[in-house]
Amino acid sequence: MKEQAIDIAVIGGGPAGLAAAIAAAKAGVERIVIFDRQAELGGILNQCIHNGFGLRYFKEELTGPEYAARFIAQLAEYPQIEVKLETMVVELTADKQLITTSRRDGWNLYQAKAVILAMGCRERPRGAINIPGTRPAGVYTAGTMQRLMNIEGFRPGNRAVILGSGDIGLIMARRLTLEGIQVAAVLELLPYSCGLNRNVVQCLEDFDIPLYLSHTVVEICGEGRVTGVKAAPVGSDRRPILERSFMIDCDTLVLSVGLIPENELSREAGVQMEPSTGGPRIDTGCRTSVPGIFACGNVAHVHDLVDDVSEESRIAGIAAAAYVLGEESIANGQKRVKVVPGRNIRSVTPQEIVAGEPSALYIRVAFPERDVVVTAGSHRSKHRIVTPGETVRIVLRPEDIDFNAGVLPVAVEGGEVNA
Amino acid sequence: MRELTCIVCPMGCRIKAYEEKGQIRVEDHGCRRGELYARDELTAPKRVVTSVVTVQGCSELLPVKTAAPVPKEAIFRVMEEVRRVVAKKPVRAGDVLVENIAGTGVALIATKHIQ
Ligand code: SF4
Repeated sequence: MKEQAIDIAVIGGGPAGLAAAIAAAKAGVERIVIFDRQAELGGILNQCIHNGFGLRYFKEELTGPEYAARFIAQLAEYPQIEVKLETMVVELTADKQLITTSRRDGWNLYQAKAVILAMGCRERPRGAINIPGTRPAGVYTAGTMQRLMNIEGFRPGNRAVILGSGDIGLIMARRLTLEGIQVAAVLELLPYSCGLNRNVVQCLEDFDIPLYLSHTVVEICGEGRVTGVKAAPVGSDRRPILERSFMIDCDTLVLSVGLIPENELSREAGVQMEPSTGGPRIDTGCRTSVPGIFACGNVAHVHDLVDDVSEESRIAGIAAAAYVLGEESIANGQKRVKVVPGRNIRSVTPQEIVAGEPSALYIRVAFPERDVVVTAGSHRSKHRIVTPGETVRIVLRPEDIDFNAGVLPVAVEGGEVNA
Repeated sequence: MRELTCIVCPMGCRIKAYEEKGQIRVEDHGCRRGELYARDELTAPKRVVTSVVTVQGCSELLPVKTAAPVPKEAIFRVMEEVRRVVAKKPVRAGDVLVENIAGTGVALIATKHIQ
């Protein structure tokens, strides 16, 4: 295996990898290679045929394929970006060596100066939520069903129940309804929806699909094929109240129980992970704990909006370019603060802020609250509603941060206290 | 009063809309587009419809959308017509597949290139 020297290896050709590669090329990097397992670029956007993408980034409402095409079209202007499709990165070291495999090119070894992790996320499988009952056909995760229907043209069944109110589940409730498949119910374990409120409105309320909050599936019924699910309300301890369980007839069960960043390669390379996001710890330049390895998009933390992925990945591309071009010393000499999550904070990304870098924070709260004040250093902003389903994005000014303190406390304060 | 969640952009503003003597008054909208959305919601709600259609001699499906929002009550009529559409290669994003889908006056267009 001959070693090939490249400047930047971008792992993943979805929205994150595309934006990062283009930004790095714009910044003057000469040899960039994007690796993707699939036969086409665009990642998950290819199966997201619905609209609502791009309102922030392009000030236009686009579908997933249209959004991806905006970036793919730009690649033509940058011959310094090479794309390796149907190619899997099987190994990544802290020294930024990569081993790849593909049917066409066989095994290859690359030595990169910098690596951008842009592998995205995957769905939590059914096993992770342990539903008792038989194991009949007709049980799908929401993302798998989205691919089956939108890419492969498959009709999954006639009557579906959706467990979990994540955004993909909500989008699929509408998609199934439009295809004439009745959605009997969406069940959510928590007392609030986990998706964007606008998706609850346009995907469920528009079609009168009932959303049962504080409910779960306690049994899947059917031999060979699903014939129904047994649903039950849950108490405040989230345990099902079996005496109040009821049957819902259906031939299809869709699971939309959350997404997890896909970080096998990151771990292998020894990147320090952040338990609250499931992704690598990153700073405002998307730098991980391993010098020269950067992470952006859903591999770093699950984003609500692809627009935010593009913006974050652009920053990763610029930072990786600075590292490769030897301009990194500028960031190295800068002061840093660590973000310290406080009241009602589940996660904050990035976890470290470097002085002089644009500081947008993506904050996920732990529980829903009304009329709150989000504080970060001396930043204060009022929010009418915060919920775990919708990230709060705040942009800090340099004067909001005390770089001598070394830490930046971030918290959600109860509305009454600060009113 | 009706409380609406604006779906025009990801801010998802909770808008209040009051109907008084045939007049509509809108409050708590983050921007002008939200006000227009609230007025439309009360008088003639509209949505963009997206789906996929088959392509002649090709196993790949073509994603499509209505070029503009269509009246909400026309959504299922639009879908019925969408299901009968068969596109021909090559298709470019933006190509019109049906000029006036289900009598809405809105076109059905492709949202992806297929060579
Ligand atoms: S009112 Fe304006 S800012 Fe608020 S959600 Fe609607 S479009 Fe967005």
